[in-house]
Amino acid sequence: MTEALPAVWFVLIAVLWAGYLFLEGFDLGVGMLMKLMARNDTQRRVLLNTVGPVWDGNEVWLVTAIGAMFAAFPHWYASLLSALYLPFLLVLLGLIFRAVAFEYRGKRDSDAWRDRWDWAIALGSFTAAAGIGAALALTTTGLPLDADGNRVGGAFAWATGSALLGAAGVVLFCLVHAAAFVALKTEGGVRAQADRLFRRLLPVAMIPFLAWALLVQLDTGSVVTWLVVVLAVGALAAAYRSSVAGRDGRAFAGLGVGMLALVGSIFGAAFPVVLPSTLDPAFNLTVQNASSSPYTLGLMSVVACFGVPLVLAYQAWTYWVFRQRVSEASIPAAHAVTAL
Amino acid sequence: MEALEIARWQFGITTVYHFLMVPLTIGLGLLVAGMQTMWHRTGKEHYLRMTKFWGKLFLINFIMGVATGLVQEFQFGMAWSEYSRFVGDVFGAPLAMEALLAFFVESTFLGLWIFGWGRLPRLVHLLSLWAAVLASVLSAYFILVANSWMQHPVGVEMVDGRPVMVDAWAVFTNNTALVAFPHTVFGALAVAGAFLLGISWYHLWKRRRDGLDTLGEDGTVVVGDPGGARGAVDHKVWLRSARAGAVVAMIAFAGTGITGDLQGKLMFDQQPMKMAAAEAACHDGTGFSILSVGNLGAQSCDDITAVIEVPGVLSFLANGDFTTEVKGVNTLLPEYQEKYGTTLPDDPMYGERAGTAIDYLPVMEVTYWGFRIMIGFGAIAAAAAAAALWVLRRGTVPESRWLMRLAVFGILAPFGANSAGWIFTEMGRQPFVVAPNPDPSGIDSVFMFTAAAVSPGVSLAELVASLVALTAVYAVLLVVEVRLLFTYVRGGTASAMPELAHAGDRHDDASDTDRKDDGDVLAFAY
Ligand code: HDD
Ligand code: HEM
Ligand code: HEM
Repeated sequence: MTEALPAVWFVLIAVLWAGYLFLEGFDLGVGMLMKLMARNDTQRRVLLNTVGPVWDGNEVWLVTAIGAMFAAFPHWYASLLSALYLPFLLVLLGLIFRAVAFEYRGKRDSDAWRDRWDWAIALGSFTAAAGIGAALALTTTGLPLDADGNRVGGAFAWATGSALLGAAGVVLFCLVHAAAFVALKTEGGVRAQADRLFRRLLPVAMIPFLAWALLVQLDTGSVVTWLVVVLAVGALAAAYRSSVAGRDGRAFAGLGVGMLALVGSIFGAAFPVVLPSTLDPAFNLTVQNASSSPYTLGLMSVVACFGVPLVLAYQAWTYWVFRQRVSEASIPAAHAVTAL
Repeated sequence: MEALEIARWQFGITTVYHFLMVPLTIGLGLLVAGMQTMWHRTGKEHYLRMTKFWGKLFLINFIMGVATGLVQEFQFGMAWSEYSRFVGDVFGAPLAMEALLAFFVESTFLGLWIFGWGRLPRLVHLLSLWAAVLASVLSAYFILVANSWMQHPVGVEMVDGRPVMVDAWAVFTNNTALVAFPHTVFGALAVAGAFLLGISWYHLWKRRRDGLDTLGEDGTVVVGDPGGARGAVDHKVWLRSARAGAVVAMIAFAGTGITGDLQGKLMFDQQPMKMAAAEAACHDGTGFSILSVGNLGAQSCDDITAVIEVPGVLSFLANGDFTTEVKGVNTLLPEYQEKYGTTLPDDPMYGERAGTAIDYLPVMEVTYWGFRIMIGFGAIAAAAAAAALWVLRRGTVPESRWLMRLAVFGILAPFGANSAGWIFTEMGRQPFVVAPNPDPSGIDSVFMFTAAAVSPGVSLAELVASLVALTAVYAVLLVVEVRLLFTYVRGGTASAMPELAHAGDRHDDASDTDRKDDGDVLAFAY
């Protein structure tokens, strides 16, 4: 049993990343749509309010994924984060601006003020999505690491084609995913726009993500993981058909399943390597040599067994509480604060 | 400048900054939850207004805590990869648990609270706030377990040169954490208390200035009632908030004192050098210095003299009696050198520092003054709160503009005490990032020099870039946050309750907020 623990934790961390992409995927995308789709302030407020109650909870999936990597695979955590110093710095700056902008944009009644924060939301979401995408792609395709797991080749040694592929894959996924989500969560003009955007984007938007999955499959794929890729493509096609048929819910689910399957195929193919070294396969970080002790993993497993279902339960409940669609008619006038 | 120095500056700046938001989140969160509970139980309008007003300020601050906390989670791996590899087996667990068991609850239930006004049943709405607030207290516990392990490593065995956890119970009930936790929560309450008091004072003063409230024959307040956002209800809001703030600040100071005393006793056992450096004490002794003169920065204590010293107090702080001599720097230095070496090992991990002499003495200017600023600022705030409570017995505040400014400015004192506490704790631990504990309760061989902790692969340029970027962004956001807080403070209760701003003298029925029409309440928050 204790030998299996590192593998179990590998799966759990893949689940955390997949959950993160699924959940924060749409709110990062909604952030970008603030500048790409919304035409006026009311529409922007409709967009914001679709994710308002949930975006912070979604972001904690990232915090947990990173924290779990630290606890279960300290070497993976240390090597990946230090090797990708600048990309993670950009992710952090993006997330900082975005979080603050969500809360502060409506707090002053001035167009310039709102416009500035809208850019912060849009660019912050874009940067975060791109950086996370690059980091995830690189942890499956490899970085120039020496025997101690330290990066060689300078501050930009990570800037490769697969970084670009991952960045594009996640950014575009967030955009379509958000379009599907907004179509599901709104009414009226915004919904029609999102619907159209979704159908226009879907045929192309998942190509880079798919390419990243194929890249990993070609290298280390197995029959099973190839089958998962096929399943993913099927789900994406079904999503498109559902959208044409006007079934928002199914379209959203199809796209989500497609993305989850692609992530599954990528992590599945990469196993047991968590971070390959492009210098020498002997330096690869694997599930075995990067993990914590069985004792720590056992402790964390107990906590996760109890914690993860609990989180899923109350987060699902939140989505249920806020299940109503938002429309332009439901947005009240802006409230300006004046000194007494 | 070398990478190590930049990484330390960055860690110090980002964490101290995070800890400006943290105590206000924890402290104010608890108080707002208390206010809403009172509203729930009594249904009185002023409790609703208190909840909404302070809740708004709480949220403005909370979001900055989230934004700056994210950096913390990543920077151990980014800038301190050797540290992360060394401690990962023990240190990652509390961090991951903090995210899984505390942050999820905190963020999810706060979302429910913000958007749930009028949508959730009242009790569920109230419980959502309590869940979020108690989760932030829980998060403090987990992170302090992590931090305390660096001060007092327990529950591990060394395997291949790295600590491996063998006793989780020992790690999670580390005595250092069990006293640091209440100390930090009391410190947070001190911040929230002063915050309530200062801001309420301002509003009471403004009501006086504008002639709303006047003093009657018997010297007590006569409350004016123009209705709406400045009606008599509002006077209650500010008076109750001011009194609650003052009481909380005083209790909190007592709490920090009691728990701080326990911390001092542990520190005397676990990190005697920190204690000696906190006193700038060269020689063994029993007295607590109130004022020492001499060159604290000289990294030698021979020319430092305590000009005002209270005999026995240091012994009491360290040991609970008045006579035990507390070891001074001159006694401790040879002990440390004998145990942990006089020079850094000739290991490439130390870079240019390999083989250089180890300075076991923390920067005494910082430890000496950090300790005194922490206690002093806390004491000033508590004394001011006691005085304020006396003044408030009339039901309002004097018209003096200067007193009002002092009350508002006083909000900064407990913030200063908190920062000073952390800077003292962390810098007093140097040159170790994981401090060895000479007493038998620690595991003596577990320690790490800060010089070995920094990421070997990360270049100086990257660290400088991130230090500059983060510091600049933080500076801008601090200005934005403080200005927003000012705007919302000046707007009074109406800033958090638009219905008041438009209500004229109509008294809003509290149960009004319970309507259930779809969409509009949801859309209200952003
Ligand atoms: C004593 C309390 C305390 C201390 C020492 C720290 N924090 Fe903190 N942290 C909190 C108390 C807190 C909090 C009160 O729970 C916050 C503030 C606002 C919030 O959302 O939660 C928070 C937020 C917060 C978040 C954002 C959570 C979210 O997205 O909702 C992260 C990732 C961290 N922290 C991580 C850290 C790390 C890695 C620290 C160590 C250097 C650290 N914090 C020190
Ligand atoms: C779990 C919580 C914490 C951990 C794990 C932690 C860990 C560290 C580490 C790794 C360093 C860098 C090495 C060094 O220079 O000492 C450091 C430095 C520092 N930390 Fe902490 N810290 C924690 C909490 C805090 C908090 C909450 C604060 C203050 C608000 C703080 C203040 C500082 C300061 C000021 C330094 C710089 C010290 C110096 O440069 O000498 N720390 N800490
Ligand atoms: C009589 C008053 C106090 C005493 C005797 C005291 C004592 C201490 C001691 C000994 C430490 C260091 C623990 C260590 O390094 O291991 C500490 C840390 C700290 N103090 Fe105080 N303190 C007092 C008042 C305050 C006040 C008023 C505040 C804030 C309002 C405060 C906030 C802190 C914080 C945030 C830390 C760092 C975190 C921790 O280790 O708990 N303290 N205090």
